[in-house]
Amino acid sequence: MLTKSTRDRAASFSRRGVLAATAGLMLGLASLTGAKAADDTIKVGVLHSLSGTMAISETTLKDTILFLIDEQNKKGGVLGKKLEAVVVDPASNWPLFAEKARELITKDKVSVVFGCWTSVSRKSVLPVFKELNNILFYPVQYEGEESERNVFYTGAAPNQQAIPAVDYLMKEEKVKRWVLAGTDYVYPRTTNKILEAYLKSKGVAQEDIMINYTPFGHSDWQTIVADIKKFGSAGKKTAVVSTINGDANVPFYKELGNQGIKAKDIPVVAFSVGEEELAGIDTKPLVGHLAAWNYFQSIKTKDGSNEKFIKDWQAYTKNPKRVTNDPMEAHVIGFAMWVKAVEKVKSTDPDKVIDALPGIEAPNLTGGVSKMLPNHHITKPVFIGEIKGNGQFDVVWKTPGLVAGDAWSKELDGSKDLIGDWVGKKCGNFNTKTNKCLGSGS
Amino acid sequence: MPANLSARLCSLLLSLLLIAFALPAFAGPFEDAVAKFANDDFSDTEEAVGVIASSGNKLAFPIISALQDGRLMADPDSKKVYVTGTDGKSIDAATGEAVASVPDSASAVRLNNRLRRSVDAALGSLTLQSPDVGTRLQAAQSVFKSHEETALEAVDAALAKESNRSVKTALGEARAGILLFKSDATEVEKLEAVATLKARGDQEAMALLTGMGDQPASVTKAAASAISSIQSSLAVWSTVQNAWYGLSLGSVLLLAAIGLAITFGVMGVINMAHGEMVMLGAYTTFVVQEVIRTRYPGLFDYSLLIAVPLAFLVAGAIGVLIERSIIRFLYGRPLETLLATWGLSLVLQQAVRTMFGPTNREVGNPSWMSGAFELGQITITYNRLWILCFTLAVFAILLAMLRYTALGLEMRAVTQNRRMAASMGIATSRVDALTFGLGSGIAGIAGVALSQIDNVSPNLGQSYIIDSFMVVVFGGVGNLWGTLVGAFTLGIANKFLEPVAGAVLGKIAILVLIILFIQKRPRGLFALKGRAVEA
Repeated sequence: MLTKSTRDRAASFSRRGVLAATAGLMLGLASLTGAKAADDTIKVGVLHSLSGTMAISETTLKDTILFLIDEQNKKGGVLGKKLEAVVVDPASNWPLFAEKARELITKDKVSVVFGCWTSVSRKSVLPVFKELNNILFYPVQYEGEESERNVFYTGAAPNQQAIPAVDYLMKEEKVKRWVLAGTDYVYPRTTNKILEAYLKSKGVAQEDIMINYTPFGHSDWQTIVADIKKFGSAGKKTAVVSTINGDANVPFYKELGNQGIKAKDIPVVAFSVGEEELAGIDTKPLVGHLAAWNYFQSIKTKDGSNEKFIKDWQAYTKNPKRVTNDPMEAHVIGFAMWVKAVEKVKSTDPDKVIDALPGIEAPNLTGGVSKMLPNHHITKPVFIGEIKGNGQFDVVWKTPGLVAGDAWSKELDGSKDLIGDWVGKKCGNFNTKTNKCLGSGS
Repeated sequence: MPANLSARLCSLLLSLLLIAFALPAFAGPFEDAVAKFANDDFSDTEEAVGVIASSGNKLAFPIISALQDGRLMADPDSKKVYVTGTDGKSIDAATGEAVASVPDSASAVRLNNRLRRSVDAALGSLTLQSPDVGTRLQAAQSVFKSHEETALEAVDAALAKESNRSVKTALGEARAGILLFKSDATEVEKLEAVATLKARGDQEAMALLTGMGDQPASVTKAAASAISSIQSSLAVWSTVQNAWYGLSLGSVLLLAAIGLAITFGVMGVINMAHGEMVMLGAYTTFVVQEVIRTRYPGLFDYSLLIAVPLAFLVAGAIGVLIERSIIRFLYGRPLETLLATWGLSLVLQQAVRTMFGPTNREVGNPSWMSGAFELGQITITYNRLWILCFTLAVFAILLAMLRYTALGLEMRAVTQNRRMAASMGIATSRVDALTFGLGSGIAGIAGVALSQIDNVSPNLGQSYIIDSFMVVVFGGVGNLWGTLVGAFTLGIANKFLEPVAGAVLGKIAILVLIILFIQKRPRGLFALKGRAVEA
């Protein structure tokens, strides 16, 4: 080699030779810096609690992202590079979420983060994502009233879950009297405020609405269940709209079953109870109680996409009984949208990806196609499912089409004129009455 | 006129034959209705239920009861509907003929809540004259709930034949419920109905009375007085109910705190890992049930009895291990003990999370712990009742143990005066380990009971640790009777505050009250007196 190249150089010290040498040098340099930056992989941050109280729900979402990355890498990765997951454990500790988010972005140089469950954890990382300009995909149904440039909300806004559920009870079950029961924190309080305003706008009297809050992890439901029973015996059809947080649901449903409240007498529609939560309960006494979600494991699709996803997921986790749930589907959609956006702009630069995401479409697992909207929420179908004896849901109703997520509730006085529009107005809280942006805060 | 007679006989026979055999062969309204089940449409199913229930066909009962139990199979392709019996044999729902097997494409006809109500109502009027007393009573109650006018005839017919007293009362109430809502019932009938409902005197009766709509003035007046009389009797019952709930909550608090009363109360170890011992007991129950489910399903009702000693051993052994390896080096250093045991609680939680996964584990209720019974106007659930009995039993056994056994005597001696006990020849360090093990073991037993009413997750213990400390401190450190009185006082106070202030405020109020109380009496309700206090 050496002799040949020396001879070549000696033979024709031409312009071409110089060019080739320079190009070679540049290539070498480029590969050197490349190796230093990312080892030819794109890093994806996973910010879900693996210990502490929220581990019960969030661990599955971490596994979901690892599964999606694995699948994507089998297809050749993104932009010719493999994806690499960086998993951190914020341990259900809200300030730690912000610290870990900062670590992911500055130290690990991730291109995007999938994470958070509770609203308080999302609020805690917001300033970090704004300051360091990165992307967060948030997969859980939440109270709305927010639209941030750096956050993409793939879970349901209240108008994609709570309002359709109430509509269903009004029309199908002819419910006239309402118990709004929730755990005492921001999501149930805001959702119940929206629902109360909505019910009143539909002509429900104040005395026909009972609002009840309980502490986190409440386990003694005797009094409240008896109260519900009493409230339900006023001669009008009564239903319970439950925003009770995951962990407290098991004793709540057990008490309902034991006190003999059947779904056909007083149905309970829940917004935080999915397949995962039911895995800890004997569901036979609960048959007929309802849940509203944008996805159920039991949904049959014509193209078999849900069935295939469940099969692949159970094979990946090596557990043939592993269930799937709504926030998992949100991550599936969000991940697919991010991949599409990155491929569209041929870059993982957050600014370019954020601008490319609105308008991107990705198939959801229920046979439809969800679209990212300018307010950074997505379109979703809404399903009402009845609990079956085997811990799964039987879909009894669905919205005719996809419902667009409202960042700002139309039911509340403070927010009904606001919209989020990061495409035209470049603003998360644009007031359509005064034609003013209220500033980029939430 | 023999010819005429024979002709009439002949026609009679023919018509009898027709009734006996030919009727199911017609593609009449009944068959059309049955075929509707195959449409998988809730309103079609509802229509079918109505037609079939009133058809008088003898297949009506098997079809509708199969629908209720999810045994009615419909094939969407052939539009055929089958009833699969509980014995595994199947019949064609339209003809009643036996079929060899139900095709694979058939699936159970789906129900929603509205349909479940109409199925119940239909079954109610169909089973009013069942030979079984329990079924009749249930039927009468479901007719009372649905109070459909169409059931009146069936109720009257059943009432004429009924001999059982309680079924008769239930039928009378069902009749009253129907008459109250029947637009063409006479005023006298309605007044009688109001009186019957007033005698029933429960929330459901009140629901009917308040929801009956426009009525003649005399009926409205009678109803108003009936409502107020029911209301005042229910108000008395609700006090009784609160007291019962308080006792029940108190028993849970006591159960959770009783182990801590030993480790913290008697030994003085600020044991933050106490909740985790409770959790270990709950997980032991889960493991026991899991083994029973897979190997010996017949033993399921005994699972808790098996789990109690095992949970005691598991948690007790881990307690002894903790005492020997960590706590014994920290006696007399409360701050270090607090930090070490708190760290230990996190380690135990994460260990369980790694072993069993972060999600809730299903611990089933044995049949004798499910359901409830009515005592007057209050509902008492069996699981709460058993937990109350269990707690008192554990408390009594513990008390007896401390009082009458040699180990109990040594424990009391060591905690009261360690040096004196040591000079009497008691191996104090061994007694320390056993005492801590006892406290932990009892926490494990508590976990078995709590697994019946709470989540079995790695976080189970955390939700009880604060309450447990509250009970022990409030009751008076070092006094088991104080723990008992403290737990029931807090439970009852909590349950009387909850309906007034709500669950969140109620809890805060209790905390504030305890803080104020501790200011006044720093040593709790039952303070230890004498030289033991200084030791």
